[in-house]
Amino acid sequence: MRNLIIRRILTSIPLIVVVTGATFVLESLVPGNTARAIVGASGSPAAYQRLRGELGLNNPLWYQYWHYLDQLFHGSLGTSVFTGEPVSTLLNQRLGVTLSLVLLATVFCAVVGVLLGVVSAVRGGVTGRGVEVLSLLGLALPGFWVAIILVAVFAVTLRIFPATGYVPPSASVSRWLWALTLPVIALGLAGVAGVAKQTRDSMKDALGREYIRTLRASGLGQRSIIWKHALRNGAIPVVTVLGLVFVSALSATVFVEAVFVLPGLGSMAVTATSQHDIPVIEGIALYFTVLVVIVNLLLDIVYGLLNPKVRRS
Amino acid sequence: MSELAVASQAVSAPEVPSSRRFLRRALHKPLGVVSAAYLVLLTLACVLAPLIAPYGPLAEDLTHVQAGPSAAHLLGTDELGRDVVSRLLYGGRLTLLGVVECVVVLLIISLPAGLAAGYLGGWVDRAVSAVVDLLLSVPAIIVVLAVLAVFGSSMTAAMVTFGILGSAGVIRVVRSAVLSVREELYVAAARVSGVTEPRIVTRHVLPRIAGPVIVQASLFAAIALAIQTGLAFLSLGVAPPAPSWGGMVGEAASLINQDGWLLVPSGGIIALTILAFGLIGDAVRDSAVEGWSSRAAAPGLRTARPVPGTTQNTITNDARLDDALLAVRDLSVEFGGPDGPVTVVDHVSFELRKGEVLGIVGESGCGKSVTALSLLRLLPPNARISGGQVLLDGRDLTAMSERQVASLRGQAMAMVFQEPTVSLDPSFMAGSQVAEVVRRHEKLSRAAAKKRVLELFEQVRLPDPAAVARRYPHELSGGMAQRVSLALALAGRPSVLIADEPTTALDVTVQAGILELLRQLQTETGMSIVLVTHDWGVVADICDRALVMYAGQIVEQARVGALFAEPRHPYTLGLQDCNPQRWTADGDLPVIPGTVLPPSLWPVSCRFRERCRFAESDCGRAAIPLEHTAGSHGADDREVRCIHWHEVAPARSA
Repeated sequence: MRNLIIRRILTSIPLIVVVTGATFVLESLVPGNTARAIVGASGSPAAYQRLRGELGLNNPLWYQYWHYLDQLFHGSLGTSVFTGEPVSTLLNQRLGVTLSLVLLATVFCAVVGVLLGVVSAVRGGVTGRGVEVLSLLGLALPGFWVAIILVAVFAVTLRIFPATGYVPPSASVSRWLWALTLPVIALGLAGVAGVAKQTRDSMKDALGREYIRTLRASGLGQRSIIWKHALRNGAIPVVTVLGLVFVSALSATVFVEAVFVLPGLGSMAVTATSQHDIPVIEGIALYFTVLVVIVNLLLDIVYGLLNPKVRRS
Repeated sequence: MSELAVASQAVSAPEVPSSRRFLRRALHKPLGVVSAAYLVLLTLACVLAPLIAPYGPLAEDLTHVQAGPSAAHLLGTDELGRDVVSRLLYGGRLTLLGVVECVVVLLIISLPAGLAAGYLGGWVDRAVSAVVDLLLSVPAIIVVLAVLAVFGSSMTAAMVTFGILGSAGVIRVVRSAVLSVREELYVAAARVSGVTEPRIVTRHVLPRIAGPVIVQASLFAAIALAIQTGLAFLSLGVAPPAPSWGGMVGEAASLINQDGWLLVPSGGIIALTILAFGLIGDAVRDSAVEGWSSRAAAPGLRTARPVPGTTQNTITNDARLDDALLAVRDLSVEFGGPDGPVTVVDHVSFELRKGEVLGIVGESGCGKSVTALSLLRLLPPNARISGGQVLLDGRDLTAMSERQVASLRGQAMAMVFQEPTVSLDPSFMAGSQVAEVVRRHEKLSRAAAKKRVLELFEQVRLPDPAAVARRYPHELSGGMAQRVSLALALAGRPSVLIADEPTTALDVTVQAGILELLRQLQTETGMSIVLVTHDWGVVADICDRALVMYAGQIVEQARVGALFAEPRHPYTLGLQDCNPQRWTADGDLPVIPGTVLPPSLWPVSCRFRERCRFAESDCGRAAIPLEHTAGSHGADDREVRCIHWHEVAPARSA
């Protein structure tokens, strides 16, 4: 188990090098590079050259990258071309929003998806077909469109939820949840169907196993058999899907945060893209990659907790 | 990253199709056909937009601003009076082009890489797999945004990048499909017979991986479309006045305070097109799966509950109920099959007295285990009790609700199964499973339940009960696991224990120990046991009486001593003769010729006739009744279902 975690951490190092390296190479390809962006089109050639020297842009690319990694190791991600603020400061301010959104969306998918999946595994019939329809809808309806429809119905017409904006949980937990309800549903809709389908399949498989028959023969009730024994044994693939749900919700924040005007990393990525603010995008790429690595690590730990064979080996 | 991973996850489970026939089968899926037709028409319409669109994409008509659908503007106009249909057609060109770019790049990368990894193996495989693992963790959408930032909002650059990043998941699928084809005999045979490698790949490998690749490509097309329209919605990669589906959603979104209509055509066409790609993928995948499992399980009967009012058989000889703890009367069980229900247990009647050990003997497929399972109403979902009664202390289990039966399980009747290692929940420690069952039966505190578990473990002679309680099922040997199963069964202090081949899956040395334990437990607790077995040694060892079952019917029933001394049914005789323990080294081991027929082919007349050396023409005429005959050994009744039984006992060999 411990070896598994250590191996996972070690294999994530090349990943981070590759992701930062790739975005770094991209940055060097920018026709109007960082120095040009800062001095502006009207800046004098002399000022441009001086800035290039200051920014180290005259050094060979590998040296610049090494310098970047060195800075990264010391906690610096460079500065935003547009605002001049340190990228790490900008991103840390927004990390909480995106994390709230993505974690809540994952929890939403877990709760609703597992419930639907279990019911359709045990009952079949209407719920089963409902899950099928839901998974088609989840696949077909793009998140940004669902987001707008939710705003149109629940914020503009019915005025139940706010259309835009974010309240930090430190200010008010209830208003934080209130503000995030619609974005979380928009982010989670696709995931709910995936979780429900996987839960249904693994539950059906687990319920057909011999140990379920043994437990039933020993007199255990439906409730314990379904919610304790079958669900526990069917949980591992569901957890895998939940990991994927987290990761895809993270990507989808790019679209959904823009609709709800939430000050998170996703909307910042969009702004930075239209402003050609490469250091910021580079920083977001790094943050997202690290988040994915952390989630994979957590998944490995959860697998161990769920599977005694892994835990005891 | 994620969406791609989800897509590949979703399709990797079903196996590769057996041939290209799945494409033809896919054409029989109405949804798949409709989707394909929709996509073809849509593509044509978009390509031909300059010819067929009623207006130009940018033609403004400020006299008809935000008009609803009308004859002139089928889907209405936007805030500048531009025709929505025309803009959708022109916008679709860019959108569909993006999807095509993305999927083409995806295939160009993933096909050769997946083929190389799967077919060549070795270091190529390791290198490709390492890159794939890496790519799967890259935040694809952010990299796409970075590319857009660098390449001045080129949608083509964005979609090509997305295709490159998405290829990781598809490489995996191609690789595993190729691996499974490579292992097949005909590919190995082609290689041995000197067919060149490129020819093997094109002739044998490519057709077989076509299915999974089409599924992947169509699912990925759906994702690419969502990404393309999403980017356009964010005004990335498309210059504003130019029409695009995503951009039209964006324009409609800015108007939601006034009018929601414009969201419908723009969002609708995106949703329909994504859905079409997804449904094509589903149709191809389903047909591929059908190719493998066309003979899959038949539609099952819905519940295991018996049908009320079908107990058409009269209950005979009530006097015999007197000291019977469990009385089974005309029990019939049927399974759902492709051609309607098939009866696999046919009017079985027997009694179990207090403290008695009753054996049920027969070959596989004779209905022994199904009979045992139906006693506790534990039949699989596609089977049901179709007639008869199971009377426990005079109460009919077949007429009870599931809840009432559940309350009897474990307490009145408990059961142990054949495969001890898979009969315990792998996720819980042995002790905690038994403790849960103990607490189900008795209101005990956790500590008291724990103590009771250790008592039970001692009762089943487990060495070091405390240590065993902390072990998971995979850490137990077969014999230990069977003892834990017995403890589980004993937890509710049942008066009847049903043991379904409890020693069959165990090593010979362990079998004796479990049998000895069963005998000791019977003596200690005084419970009755129904023991299903095919082993006459087990019958002789611990049973008082035995039923012999053949093809769903009882063919003979007698006390064990009488059954061995004077078998009256030819099947009993045959089974006893081919028991290796009776075999002497100077001859071939006798066997009963033939096998048990499948239940759908069982005749009305004698079911053993085809395999019987005593068979005469009268055996095939009508149903053979189960005949009560006086026992020659002691006063006990015995039953036999054979009209020639007088000839059987004298014919015993050896």
